[in-house]
Amino acid sequence: MKPPPFSYHDPGTVGEVINLLKTLENPKLLAGGQSLMPMLNMRYVMPDNIIDLNKVDGLSYIEENNTGINIGGMTLQRDLEFSDLIKKKCPLMNDALQQVGHRQTRNRGTIGGSLSHLDPAAELPAVCAAHDAVIVLQGPKGEREIPFSDFPIAYMTPATEIDELLTGVKITSWKDGHGYAFIEFARRHGDFAITSAAALLEVDGAGAITRASLTVGGVGAAPVRMNEIEESLIGQSGDEDKFRELCEACREIDALGDVYASSEYRQHLATVMSRRALVKAYARANRKG
Amino acid sequence: MGETRKISLTVNGKSYEEEVEVRFHLADFLRQKLGLTGTHLGCEHGVCGACTILMNGKSVRSCLMLAVQADGQELTTIEGIAPSEDEMHPLQEAFRDNHGLQCGFCTPGMLTTLLEFLEDNPDPSEEEVRIAISGNLCRCTGYQGIVAAALDAAQRLRDAKGV
Repeated sequence: MKPPPFSYHDPGTVGEVINLLKTLENPKLLAGGQSLMPMLNMRYVMPDNIIDLNKVDGLSYIEENNTGINIGGMTLQRDLEFSDLIKKKCPLMNDALQQVGHRQTRNRGTIGGSLSHLDPAAELPAVCAAHDAVIVLQGPKGEREIPFSDFPIAYMTPATEIDELLTGVKITSWKDGHGYAFIEFARRHGDFAITSAAALLEVDGAGAITRASLTVGGVGAAPVRMNEIEESLIGQSGDEDKFRELCEACREIDALGDVYASSEYRQHLATVMSRRALVKAYARANRKG
Repeated sequence: MGETRKISLTVNGKSYEEEVEVRFHLADFLRQKLGLTGTHLGCEHGVCGACTILMNGKSVRSCLMLAVQADGQELTTIEGIAPSEDEMHPLQEAFRDNHGLQCGFCTPGMLTTLLEFLEDNPDPSEEEVRIAISGNLCRCTGYQGIVAAALDAAQRLRDAKGV
């Protein structure tokens, strides 16, 4: 047995979770466990109390609203992957999920767990950045919503307070028929990406880009939105050389470097992944829209 | 000994009620408490796939969940996939016939992963098989025999169903 000793709690309501977070010494929330369990097994984390969220009511749902979709924090990656609503309203997430871990980890892993772990190379945070998602947190003072752009406050550190729980994610859909692509470079299928890029494009009848979102993952401490490139894309047609030229700006990202890839290499990959994502998203965009 | 809990669960059709330390992960529980050592442990951090089992028909890594979380669930391990003592599952037969294993360490994880996959996708392409087993490491076969076995098993399972 490898995890250090801890007390185990499996509350049934969000209220009980918040109460436990407030009263217990050194607690840690356990969602799907696909990141926390390895960290426990290797004793990277040694919490005194584990609060298991798997029995909490009402945290697993995928619902349509007027502007997009609401997703419960404990919704399984598997359920998102096979959801027709996600395919229709947020196809970028479906594209990304194919590359999230493996079938065995998607069967347990949750969206809230992935966002809270906030690995810089993880796919779901990049999708949330691309879509300007809103994160719903619940704490002793009630519920608050924050834009995903304010959610990462440092490397692997979300803005969630110590007594708060991520209960949901709100995603605003883009126009039906918009172009989308999630591209990543990883050593093996299912590995964490060394670098990824997520693109969303809306295109008018003449083929000109009217709206663009481009996010690079795995390079900065959190997913990075390439605002300047997005602005320059407006009015462009799908010319790959132009995309290539614009994506050179990715070399300016403040990049992580580690034993797997130097910061220069990640910056280089960012230019290539971004261009490929834009080319694929443009090809998928419905020009009649 | 730390905090314990009593759990009841079904493994390979048999009911168990056991007192377990809450920090036990499920793989250690299966191996050490139930004596079901067919589930192998390679890395214990979710990379190698050797510990894959089926929980309510879905493949999961048994090193990445706590034994207490399996309370009330129905599990299938490698010991439970053959229809009887002297009969093998078509997937096991296909592995034998196609040199789908050598040392056998990764095999329980390969078979449980493929059981769920072939249920969802009875007629997969070679590429789909390779993606399905991307979370299972094998250091003997170079994967060729495993992929061949998976495709052969898919055919056998389709034949058995008469499609």
